[in-house]
Amino acid sequence: MTNKLNTYTVSVYTENNIGLLNRISAIFLKRHVNIESLTTSQSEIDNIYRFVIVVKVVESKIKNIVKQIEKQIEVIAAFYHTDKETIFLETALYKVKSKSLFDEKHIQKIIKNSQANIVTVSPDYFIIEKTGWREETEKLYDSLEPYGLLQFVRSGRISVSKEAMNISDILELNTDK
Amino acid sequence: MKKTNKISGSEAVIKCLLEEGVDIIYGYPGGAIMPIYDELFKYEDKLNHILTRHEQGATHAAQGYARVSGKVGVVTATSGPGATNLVTGIADAQIDSTPMVCITGQVASHLLGSDAFQECDIIGISTPVTKWNCQITKASDIPEVIAKAFYIAKSGRPGPVLVDITKDAQFELMEFKYKKCNSIRSYIPIPKFSINEINKAAELINNSKKPFIVFGQGVILGNAESEFKQFIEKTGIPAAWTILGLSALSSDHPLNVGMVGMHGNYGPNVLTNECDVLIAIGMRFDDRVTGNLETYAKQAKIIHFEIDPAEVNKNVNVDIAVLGNVKDTLPELIELVKEKSHTNWINKFHSFYKKEFDKVIKNDLYPSKEGLTMGEVIREINEISKGNAIIVSDVGQHQMVTCRYASFNHSKSNVTSGGLGTMGFALPAAIGAKMGAPDREVIAIIGDGGYQMTIQELGTIFQTGCAVKIVVLNNEYLGMVRQWQQMFFDKRYASTEMVNPDFVKIAKGYFIDGKKIKKRENLKSSIKEMINSKKPYFLEVCVEKEANVFPMIPSGASVSDVRLE
Repeated sequence: MTNKLNTYTVSVYTENNIGLLNRISAIFLKRHVNIESLTTSQSEIDNIYRFVIVVKVVESKIKNIVKQIEKQIEVIAAFYHTDKETIFLETALYKVKSKSLFDEKHIQKIIKNSQANIVTVSPDYFIIEKTGWREETEKLYDSLEPYGLLQFVRSGRISVSKEAMNISDILELNTDK
Repeated sequence: MKKTNKISGSEAVIKCLLEEGVDIIYGYPGGAIMPIYDELFKYEDKLNHILTRHEQGATHAAQGYARVSGKVGVVTATSGPGATNLVTGIADAQIDSTPMVCITGQVASHLLGSDAFQECDIIGISTPVTKWNCQITKASDIPEVIAKAFYIAKSGRPGPVLVDITKDAQFELMEFKYKKCNSIRSYIPIPKFSINEINKAAELINNSKKPFIVFGQGVILGNAESEFKQFIEKTGIPAAWTILGLSALSSDHPLNVGMVGMHGNYGPNVLTNECDVLIAIGMRFDDRVTGNLETYAKQAKIIHFEIDPAEVNKNVNVDIAVLGNVKDTLPELIELVKEKSHTNWINKFHSFYKKEFDKVIKNDLYPSKEGLTMGEVIREINEISKGNAIIVSDVGQHQMVTCRYASFNHSKSNVTSGGLGTMGFALPAAIGAKMGAPDREVIAIIGDGGYQMTIQELGTIFQTGCAVKIVVLNNEYLGMVRQWQQMFFDKRYASTEMVNPDFVKIAKGYFIDGKKIKKRENLKSSIKEMINSKKPYFLEVCVEKEANVFPMIPSGASVSDVRLE
């Protein structure tokens, strides 16, 4: 096993339970592992939730962490994947002074070239949305920054794996017992 | 399923406990759990509540009870400080896989988050040290959550569970129905074993010349002592135990070669690095067992029998992992392994034992010097108890000596704080052990340091009349820390010397008979007197002040570098 730090996306399927977020994040805390991003949402199955957690660690560590997560009572299954094994995206929002949009013609070109969308325009500001990889949202950030960004925010990663994660099967198997 | 008229949440709690077969609980009342105590009062003929002198004592007593009886230990405490005082015992139960259900009171739900009197986020605090925890704010949730709590605490790899109940939920009326929990869809307590892996394990074992078994508490928790014995007897493989595996195999069994780890026996440690197949059964490769991982059993193929998938390849990468309860997997393995004997290989253990005996054991058990040794106290206890007592030890030098030398004929007889190393564990744990096995002799061996961490539990012993026998091995030092200071910190004895009170007087203050001895000639008769007593008894033995525990694997060293002096 190598000692190289890799980016891993951990996907955790859970029952909805107060305190589970705390329980899962405590597993990273105990091992002094920084969470790069964390997103939770409803999954493809009713009442089953999905955590997407991004961390940079060595593979031996992520294997152990995933097993510790999976061991928690309300966790149905946990997986880890490398970037190559997933399709993943982040969304960024950029709030820019409206004046720039009209004064600086170049800005419209930037928006068009980066395949970003204008979400809303008001007399004072307008908001651009860009969904994509980290490099793309960062590139747009760099391009817009000279015009004065009023606000910038980027979501955690959302990701789906290329391989199947058969949660329904696991649930059925456990209920059969 | 039963149906009754509406009852309070508090009464529901008691009824749930009775449904789970609980007849004893350890705890301490307080504001936020008063409704439950009020119900306890009504049910006191069915449910015995032991009032400890500190909530930590309640957790250790519940642990002692669970460890000897195999049942779930139950603890009740109030909110805030009552709940936080449980944390050490919960963490201890978590790392030593002890089934325990803690029920804490909480401020009323409308006050949650308001920093109310004795409010504390015990769910947040206990999360990393519980197998599961849950807060209840509605009485109607009580039966389901408590049923789940017991199921989780005792199933699979056992552990502690905490249920926090707000005061309004304790008062609220509800219709009581109880259904025991026997499955949770997101929880697999015992993974299915793979016969394929067992086949591979059997092949490796059948072809091995120098196989070696290290077994842990998994054998005891799985109730697999007889399967384990059958396995080693068929294969003739020498077996060493971890500290929590102690008593799963009787001490005088010819294949029992002793303890592994930091203060384990010489042979098992050195030969860990000479065996060709290492068979780990229900143990978790703790760092105190393995020493330096870079040099741990690198020459051997390793087979790991383990119930908890998260333990596999956690510390040591293994060649074959057999998941499941050893109670189920060992019988499959026994079918496949060949009858064998390993005389030459076992003789190697014996010759290492001889070296260890000459250098260490002889001086510990049969000292020629004037000062009393901890080892000879244990030897004298063995001679009278004949290995039939439950031995509860605290943490430190006396613990290592006790586990090294105490003899056991019965499983579930060694109660000690292994993983967490909680000083103050033994006295309250002994109370629970005696209540969990009232017909057996329970002897607590405690150092003068740890004794004073939970000494107030003498009050519990006095109040309940619980006939535990307490032996304090007094060297007037925090001995293990002092040993490390001597060996690794140039004898700078920073805050390890203890100026102690008159322990016998303290015991007598609680109306417990006691005696202090300093001389060898009084040892045997005093131990006899103690064991013959039908009541609790306190014996203080003044032992050599600056004795060290050997063998020892210095922290970070290899198992093969175990030192005899």
